[in-house]
Amino acid sequence: MTSKKDRVVELNKAVIRFAGDSGDGMQLTGNLFSDSTAFAGNDFATFPDYPSEIRAPQGTVSGVSGFQIHFGKVDIHTSGDLADVLIAMNPASLKANMNWITREAIIIVDSDAFIDKNFDKAGYKSNPLTDGTLTGHVVVQAPIGTMTKEAVKSLNLDNKTAQKSKNMFALGIVYYMFNRDFKQTFTFFEQKFKANPLIVEANKAVLTAGFNYGETIEAFANTYKIEPAALQKGTYRNVTGNLATAWGLLAAAERANLKLFLGSYPITPASEILQELSKHKELSAIAFQAEDEIAGIVSTIGAAYAGSLPVTSTSGPGLSLKSEAIGLAVMTELPIVIVDVQRGGPSTGLPTKSEQSDLYQALFGRNGEAPVIVMSALSPSDCFYAAFEAAKLSLEHMTPVILLTDGSIANGSEVFKIPKMADMPKIVPPIAPANDPDYKPFKRNPETLSRSWALPGTPGLRHRVGGLEKDNISGNVSHDPKNHQIMTELRQKKVELVANYIPELEVFGDEHADVLMVSWGGTYGVMLTAIEELREEGKSVSLAHFKYIMPLPRNTREVLARYKKILVSEINMGQFVNYLRMSFPEFTYHQFNKIQGLPFMVAELKEKVNELLND
Amino acid sequence: MENTIETKNLVLTKEDFESDQMVKWCPGCGDHAILKSVENVFPELGIPKEDFVVVSGIGCSSRFPYYMNTYGFHSIHGRAAAIATGIKLSNPKLSVWMISGDGDSMAIGGNHFIHIARRNPDINYLMFNNKIYGLTKGQYSPTTPKGSKTKSSPQGTFETPFNPGELVIGARGKFFARVVDTNPKLMTQVFKQAAEHRGTSIVEILANCVIFNNLVHGLITGRDTKDDNQIVLEAGKPMVYGRDREKGIILKGTKLVSVEIGKDGITEADLLVHDPSEPDPGIHLMLANMMPPEMPSALGVIRAVKAPTLEDSVYDSIEHEKRTSRIKCVDDLLNQGGTWEIK
Repeated sequence: MTSKKDRVVELNKAVIRFAGDSGDGMQLTGNLFSDSTAFAGNDFATFPDYPSEIRAPQGTVSGVSGFQIHFGKVDIHTSGDLADVLIAMNPASLKANMNWITREAIIIVDSDAFIDKNFDKAGYKSNPLTDGTLTGHVVVQAPIGTMTKEAVKSLNLDNKTAQKSKNMFALGIVYYMFNRDFKQTFTFFEQKFKANPLIVEANKAVLTAGFNYGETIEAFANTYKIEPAALQKGTYRNVTGNLATAWGLLAAAERANLKLFLGSYPITPASEILQELSKHKELSAIAFQAEDEIAGIVSTIGAAYAGSLPVTSTSGPGLSLKSEAIGLAVMTELPIVIVDVQRGGPSTGLPTKSEQSDLYQALFGRNGEAPVIVMSALSPSDCFYAAFEAAKLSLEHMTPVILLTDGSIANGSEVFKIPKMADMPKIVPPIAPANDPDYKPFKRNPETLSRSWALPGTPGLRHRVGGLEKDNISGNVSHDPKNHQIMTELRQKKVELVANYIPELEVFGDEHADVLMVSWGGTYGVMLTAIEELREEGKSVSLAHFKYIMPLPRNTREVLARYKKILVSEINMGQFVNYLRMSFPEFTYHQFNKIQGLPFMVAELKEKVNELLND
Repeated sequence: MENTIETKNLVLTKEDFESDQMVKWCPGCGDHAILKSVENVFPELGIPKEDFVVVSGIGCSSRFPYYMNTYGFHSIHGRAAAIATGIKLSNPKLSVWMISGDGDSMAIGGNHFIHIARRNPDINYLMFNNKIYGLTKGQYSPTTPKGSKTKSSPQGTFETPFNPGELVIGARGKFFARVVDTNPKLMTQVFKQAAEHRGTSIVEILANCVIFNNLVHGLITGRDTKDDNQIVLEAGKPMVYGRDREKGIILKGTKLVSVEIGKDGITEADLLVHDPSEPDPGIHLMLANMMPPEMPSALGVIRAVKAPTLEDSVYDSIEHEKRTSRIKCVDDLLNQGGTWEIK
């Protein structure tokens, strides 16, 4: 027998997908694997794929919860197209994921769950393990249920409690496959189940049993190792987009020396922002869970008037409800950051699936001429910087900012290099000094056209604001026709001038190429992966990925003009491409749109570009 | 306390709070008298003039902030309560006054109304109830008496109206008072009590709309009818009313009833004594629900129960977390928990 050490195959990267019933603990299993991946020094990105029901009927395809991790010694920008390893805890999770694995993928199943009753629930007519469905795959049929029970026998747990550790057996097998260390996972058990030492022991025993099982059964021709990635020096952590958004806002409050006020109503997939900010009273953050979406934003507008860093968080349906109030913030020219974690729509749509279909709503979804800054976050870790930047622009330019993230990056996670606050820019809102004899509520800074922020409680600056049109400079209510035109133009110009304060559009690839791929927001990672692969294959392709949408970067026209063909890819029916058509009608745009509640796959993007190259 | 309104010895006058804007309510509108009373109360509170914020929604009453020389916010329909809550949470030192009407508070803003009552931020909420939509020219509101013919109910309304006091108490509100726009002295007195009460102080002002709903409160406010149709409640005093103070309120079985003093052996000692500070809302609810002509409408402070304010609880929590948390700044936050070094 060769020793384990001799059978280690080195990989550049791999994708693993954990899948089970929504009560099987797959998210925890995935997160624990992510932690061990971090400690192994790999770059990685993850994505949870869970149903909108908390516990859909057990054993059915609609109840399958998945977690995918893509990790490597190379830079990882996405959670991966297809999985190289699938862990399927029951027939339904096998069925739900057959389209999301490579043709050669290794499949590990809990063979105890592959029984007639479960085939029915999953919609299998026969046993997929024996009927040829899995031809071409290496299938490891592990009786996980039985062996879990066996592993905790000495602890005298009831069967139900014992079976709760089943996921750790599967994790143990994967740890064996990828030569992982248990240490952090054991520490996690010790902390998480501090109150119940028996559960700590059970989880440790089951994880170890799974690992030993992998080693003993000789089902794997080899194990795998992925060397640490060449990450820059520094301190790192794993963040989801929602967590990073919350932290970016806290960072902005600190750099602006303001209290953070979040007014929000729980909504999938944005609730984690509210939950996270509600934890940080020590940083003076107030997270106010309002009675509805409207109260969420208007309480925030109140906080904006009173001098907090004002933030509201929501998803598409909530943004619709906030429309009128956004108009009020436009009219009163107060700062406010509106985070919209986009999900599948319209209406309730696909709450747990991702889409980029709120762009029109962000740009145009209000009565009257109501321009706001619209920007997007590119990836889970970029949510930190995007949220910070949204707050900075909003405060310094006294205008609402809609920050578009999406379900994919909000719930997805990736490695985040922790910045130092001293390296983050200062935020200097235009707060009016007390007793300023020249103070007028709508007098503007000539550079930015922003008015100044006179906070209640400040002597000498008493004034009124409101939703009625204001007289230029004095701020008194005005119905004067010419004044309305002046004020409308000023509000528009103020937002357009923000272009002078945002970075120019950068192009990945060559300055001139046959195809310019264009995209925006949360598709950045997959676009980057696609362009890297295409360029490695020698294709003449570049990528322009937009973070800022209203206003667009100053050099947008100049960039678009340099390329023979422009292909705009989005997870919607073409909202950004139409916005570009409206803004720069002189160019011809090709478009690629996918609207399935799923992210782009690298392969399909490449195919689309290749089609255009060969056209 | 650090996170509450600070009062000082200040010499302020009514003129300090009068704005330079033309008051555009209809001549004879009850709102004029309310404005005057508020202008009289503000200088008496010992609060610096820059610490007042007047917030309103939409409707005739909601023009109010323009007529006060304070920080002011004329917002959107129905939402003032949530805006005021955001202001107060953001800066608890401000004296926040909210102006709203029956449409603004009971219809489009109904949700915010019940939630501000339950949360209890220290906000003074003046609700002008003229039982009609004035600014949109005469449609019925959620407080319009059933059967009233209005522009949008030519056959008479089919709907049971809200009684605002009942809603406040149902929403577990801690302060409810009712006044009439024809009694400036009572308004001034009650507004002052509302200001001094820590928590959400909701005052229903029975206001007259001369144009679309003239004399809707006529029984309660009319010179000849008011004495028999209103009772001004005072803490610690027996519930007496009537032109010759010959009537009173007693609890009979499970109901409040009006009695004549001296009749059937009833003396003043048999009458209910008003206790607005009683946490049990039973009697307060019955008082709020009394309606002419069977019973007098209850005026004055009906309920005023001490309870922690929303901002008290929030800021206590902030102080506690600041004292006990290991996280002192965002650098600490980002570096806590599962981090790793690449060297």
